[in-house]
Amino acid sequence: MPLVFAGVCSHAPGITGRADQADPVVRDGFYAAFEQMRHDLETTKPDAVVIVAAEHFANFFMNNMPSFAIGMADFYDGPIEDPDWLAIDKFRAPGSRDISTRLIAEVMETADVSYCEEWKFDHGIAVPLHFLTPNFDLPVIPVNINCQGPPLTPLARAWNFGEALRRACDAVPERIAIVGTGGISHWPATPDSGKINEAWDRDFLDRWCRNDRDDLLDYTDESVYADAGQGGFEIRTFLTVAAAAQGAIGTVHFCEPIPIFAVSCTIATYDLAG
Amino acid sequence: MSLYYVQKFLYELNRSEQVQAAFRADATATVESFVSEGADLSEEEVAALVMPDIGKLFHLGCNGQILMHFAAFHQIEWQDYLQRMRDGIDEHGPVREGVYAMTGYEGTDAHSTALGQNSAVGQQNTNGDR
Ligand SMILES: [Fe+2]
Repeated sequence: MPLVFAGVCSHAPGITGRADQADPVVRDGFYAAFEQMRHDLETTKPDAVVIVAAEHFANFFMNNMPSFAIGMADFYDGPIEDPDWLAIDKFRAPGSRDISTRLIAEVMETADVSYCEEWKFDHGIAVPLHFLTPNFDLPVIPVNINCQGPPLTPLARAWNFGEALRRACDAVPERIAIVGTGGISHWPATPDSGKINEAWDRDFLDRWCRNDRDDLLDYTDESVYADAGQGGFEIRTFLTVAAAAQGAIGTVHFCEPIPIFAVSCTIATYDLAG
Repeated sequence: MSLYYVQKFLYELNRSEQVQAAFRADATATVESFVSEGADLSEEEVAALVMPDIGKLFHLGCNGQILMHFAAFHQIEWQDYLQRMRDGIDEHGPVREGVYAMTGYEGTDAHSTALGQNSAVGQQNTNGDR
């Protein structure tokens, strides 16, 4: 089946873990946008959701760091962090070894990828799932792109990977949704936590909505680090979803800085039918 | 001396309840057994891990995505965690190595200036007033 849903959202741990410290008006507006995204996702009746994440040294470390990894298990446990710190209870999310295996085999035709029969979800996947599949009743296919440990996955490779994912999703009979998760500009977990480059974020999202490959690839790690912090390296997940959406035009449903969450909290989707 | 092994130790601690229990019972012995298995850690690094010296670990180049969980493990509250890193830079100097040293991380003020932003804005933002 052709891909049924494509979107992106934020995943910062403060979104749940430091919820009580945020401006309630902005926070609740963001939560409402997440709730609308859940509704829109459910409306497409997906059989599985591919979550393109940028995990933070929970499963992958510099002893063996894949540029791309895809989960291939029937279940995934999380959160790997202290549940009290993240304010998300321990959960077991369903996977689908069957669907994963077929997607991975197809992706491998054009992109190199590690597969993982074991994967503990950190906030990068746990926070989106907490809002999008709160009952953990939709099979998840976790995908990871190395956005943390340089040398990072090159942007053009993230784009090619998105195209490979799309081919794979279209090739299986199931209805597949794809959700990319990451921050845009941010300096997470550093003394600069809370700093947000709002203008940079809006410019990036404009490129994402136009789904303009050249503009989206027109960044270097040095320029991203200088203008958008090391958290900005996570734009790779947004790029992969843009490539998977294959020219579709995007809409930003919510984008507001929430400093205590350390990012411009963002919800955006592509119009795949358009 | 190796940032790689400092972070590897924290990575293993973050993801294993057994390592956490061992560290709680005897931090020095847990780090020493990591060294005896081949980890290349200096005395300075061992001391920073055992203490724990969050500011020193940040100065040495530990990634915040790893370090923040070590701080939470020690019940260090979020604002305190951020302040300890700032103090570490003030006391020991710019981050020596790793992703933050990529463009020379010298502290929030220098960083804000490089971005053309007022560091007071960043400080105000981090305390969650808005
Ligand atoms: Fe992240």
